[in-house]
Amino acid sequence: MKHQHSDFVRRLDLDGAMIQGPSGWQRVHLDLPLLLLLMGLCAAGLFILASAAGEHQDYVRRQAAFMGIGLVVMVAAAQLPPRFLQRWAFVPYLGGVLLLVAVILVGSGAKGAQRWLDFGFMRFQPSEILKIGGPLMLASYLGQRHLPPRFLDVVVAVILLVVPALLVGLQPDLGTALLIFAAGFFVIFLAGLGKRYLFSAVLTGLALAPVFWFFLLHDYQKTRILTLLDPQADKLGAGWNIIQSTTAIGSGGLYGKGWREGTQSQLDFLPESHTDFIIAVLAEDFGLVGVALLTGLYLLIMFRGLMIAINAQTMFGKLLAGSLTLTFFVYIFVNMGMVSGILPVVGVPLPFVSYGGTAIVTLMLGFGMLMSISTEKQRT
Amino acid sequence: MQDSAFKDTHREFRLFFIRISVALGVMFVMLMILLWRYYYLQILHHDRYATRSESNRVHVRPVSPTRGLIYDRNGVLLADNKAGFNLSIVVERSPDLNALLEDLDALLDLQEEELKRFERQKSRRKPYEPVPLRINLSEQEQSVLAVNEYRLEGVEITAQLVRHYPHGSLLSHVLGYVGRINEQELEVLDPVRYSGTYVIGKTGIENSYEDTLLGEVGYEYVETNARGRVMRMLERIAPAVGKDIYLHLDIRLQEIAYEALGDHLGAVVMMDVRTGGVLAMVSKPGFDNNLFVTGISVKDYNELLNSPDRPLFDRVTQGQYPPGSTIKPAFGLAALETGVMAMDSVIYDPGFFRLPNHDHKYRDWKRGGHGRVDLHTAIVQSCDTYFYSAGVKMGIDELYYFGTRFGFGEKTGIDLPSERAGLMPSRDWKRGVRGVPWYPGDTVNTSIGQGFMLSTPLQLAVLATRLAARGDMIVPRMVKSVANNGGDGDPPVSLGRIQGSEEHWDYVIDAMKDVVHGARGTAKGIARGLDYTIAGKTGTAQVVGIRQGETYNAAALSKRNRDHALFIAFAPVDEPQVAIGVIAENGEHGSSTAAPMARAVFDAYMKLSEADGHETPAQ
Repeated sequence: MKHQHSDFVRRLDLDGAMIQGPSGWQRVHLDLPLLLLLMGLCAAGLFILASAAGEHQDYVRRQAAFMGIGLVVMVAAAQLPPRFLQRWAFVPYLGGVLLLVAVILVGSGAKGAQRWLDFGFMRFQPSEILKIGGPLMLASYLGQRHLPPRFLDVVVAVILLVVPALLVGLQPDLGTALLIFAAGFFVIFLAGLGKRYLFSAVLTGLALAPVFWFFLLHDYQKTRILTLLDPQADKLGAGWNIIQSTTAIGSGGLYGKGWREGTQSQLDFLPESHTDFIIAVLAEDFGLVGVALLTGLYLLIMFRGLMIAINAQTMFGKLLAGSLTLTFFVYIFVNMGMVSGILPVVGVPLPFVSYGGTAIVTLMLGFGMLMSISTEKQRT
Repeated sequence: MQDSAFKDTHREFRLFFIRISVALGVMFVMLMILLWRYYYLQILHHDRYATRSESNRVHVRPVSPTRGLIYDRNGVLLADNKAGFNLSIVVERSPDLNALLEDLDALLDLQEEELKRFERQKSRRKPYEPVPLRINLSEQEQSVLAVNEYRLEGVEITAQLVRHYPHGSLLSHVLGYVGRINEQELEVLDPVRYSGTYVIGKTGIENSYEDTLLGEVGYEYVETNARGRVMRMLERIAPAVGKDIYLHLDIRLQEIAYEALGDHLGAVVMMDVRTGGVLAMVSKPGFDNNLFVTGISVKDYNELLNSPDRPLFDRVTQGQYPPGSTIKPAFGLAALETGVMAMDSVIYDPGFFRLPNHDHKYRDWKRGGHGRVDLHTAIVQSCDTYFYSAGVKMGIDELYYFGTRFGFGEKTGIDLPSERAGLMPSRDWKRGVRGVPWYPGDTVNTSIGQGFMLSTPLQLAVLATRLAARGDMIVPRMVKSVANNGGDGDPPVSLGRIQGSEEHWDYVIDAMKDVVHGARGTAKGIARGLDYTIAGKTGTAQVVGIRQGETYNAAALSKRNRDHALFIAFAPVDEPQVAIGVIAENGEHGSSTAAPMARAVFDAYMKLSEADGHETPAQ
């Protein structure tokens, strides 16, 4: 009884609207505000894609279909109790790591990078599993340890973090590696990793930077970083993308040129305009106002995600929800940063706006888990 | 979870809350950076990027002006423009240029020259400028490209007008041809005026009237996509069409003159005595100048270049031959004017001439000589000895003076490029060029148009014209008028008048008349059936020297070493309308080879002018 009372009080504090006990949505383990926000984001994403796709309007239909699949995945994931997730976290993690090894051995390359497993009927990127599987595993592990983590826990956590990130980074897929690393790092950070560890991690990172530069980075990756510093150095080569995307963004001004009126994207000056560089289409069509509105929508989703994290019943839930939400921010920051020319170009899509089924399904899977966490109380 | 009992959940949750707050703070800062960046691009520097986006999208393309047409005097089209399609590549739009070139090679079988030229032009192009690869695609090539267009990124097919010469080799040297602008030309051309033009007049009228024919370049402001495809036209400033040109030339006379040469190599030039306008100008053999317009193949070019008949060589303005006896009327007039001979002076011709105190015999063409001859007989029968004698009496300085006044040794000033001056020798010339003094024997040779003397066929026509015009130093002209220029072209150009009393002119012209019409004239063979009068002078130019004591044996000489046959003439005698200069290479005799050619063209002229009703030839 006491338990139920405190639950009731907490609910009253946090969300007055839900005072009457579990709603219909909660019974099916869905978080209505988050669901509505995601729906709104999907609609906005399709709207922007319709401009970016130009003549290839079939992209829009396919993207809508991906979103439908993603929705189903989300609803399904929401039904899995957090406890179940925590117990079986090692399965996707280990599976993902093994598949990554398989990719390195037999995978087929696109643009010289080994990323895909070809099953004949579909091609599949195992690294995608670890975007969720990585933080899931870490949250599962740290969630059952004493926090803040002790030295041994940190060592285990770091290994769990670095192995998949490194495997993906070697493919080489810097963007995904970054996202896997970030997601895992957020778990460890939120778990209360000691400040000493944090500082030494930063220092190690700085010390390893030259090693990365000279031994691990491919030439094209170096070029991307150098291009960031001076895009004009190679106007028609590496600098082309950045010059064209900043031109698209800048020429949009405050209100933009209008939907499907952006010349940079409509006349194909903007490369990758329907995938990684789609924010430039929005910026060109709708100006700073459009960018601010989309960013606002993202912010609301993140706030909702952080609220779920704070209100989660278990440490596992908090860590996973917090990590997934912060990773969502990393997507946005890295994508918008690279397209506007303040970050090197790595392959990170703009969530729910960039064309691409895998990213949508993965993100929706994460949000499904968030919803599962948000409705954990209803399970008891 | 066994140790959950020992976990201090509350403390852990508080720590988590703090961490989330920290993360939120960091997130907020990063978001501010991001938004500041967009603010920086979209508001602070909006103008710069807006301009950049415009210049991305909008391109200025030069539009080549349509080249002016060339007509003959009666409005017959001699050079026009036909629609042709060019294959160009916008290098920047091609993701893999080498692969593209390989693909195109598989489709079109690219020539090495095309690739070389392409590479050259590629290195000089402005960004996004289409670089031509193949000019004047055939219909089949066009359809092959159309089918494969989707995979040939960077390829552009542009329609362009291509120069066409309907009369081909008949006018090859007169019109010349246009060809691709080459590197040397590119360095000196006005880059703006030629920004839309790939060809330039290389020779002939096309070259000398390049400025008139070219026109002024126009511009198109077009919206293009990133692959250079034009999406729409924003604005257009039309080019100014080049001006059309009307020649004095009459294509019908040109055909007749070409035919008249028969199997002989050589040249025929007919001029209008009153205007200096060139009515016919043939250098045989010619070549198909259409070959050069879109770039001649190495094989074709070598064939033309290596032909022993030298078809590329314009004999009319660049061929240099000894004028031989055709110069006699001019030097005859000089002898009368200088007073070394009177109209009734008579010399005795034993068949040779000997300088005082010299053994060397300067032979007359007639063994045994002409006996007693005056100037009239000397011109009619082409007596060498008379002119040896007169020439020596005048001296080289007088010969030089009169020779240049009749047009020798200097460019005629015709409106064609690359004209050669021939050679009128003088003391200064010999000392300067040969480094030896002038000898009396040089004068003897010069006085019958041999020795050092050289003349172009055009200069022979000018000689005939100035004789016909009684000393009016008419300059030959090709172009009669330029369309839209008002009026009927430039007035005839004259450099002055050759001194000469009416008596003396009458005397010389009368002698020239008897060359054709006289009973003993060297060209009396063409007088038969003539219903108008011709005044003329035959000539023979030696190809190989004949040594002292040898005789000329035509049969023994190979065809290419036989003498050239020359003839100058004008008609009608009393009121001259047209003058002609003819050289039939290896034709041997001016009288039997060259003179009939001249008559054929005169006949045609008389017939045509009667039919056209312009002028009735004086009887």
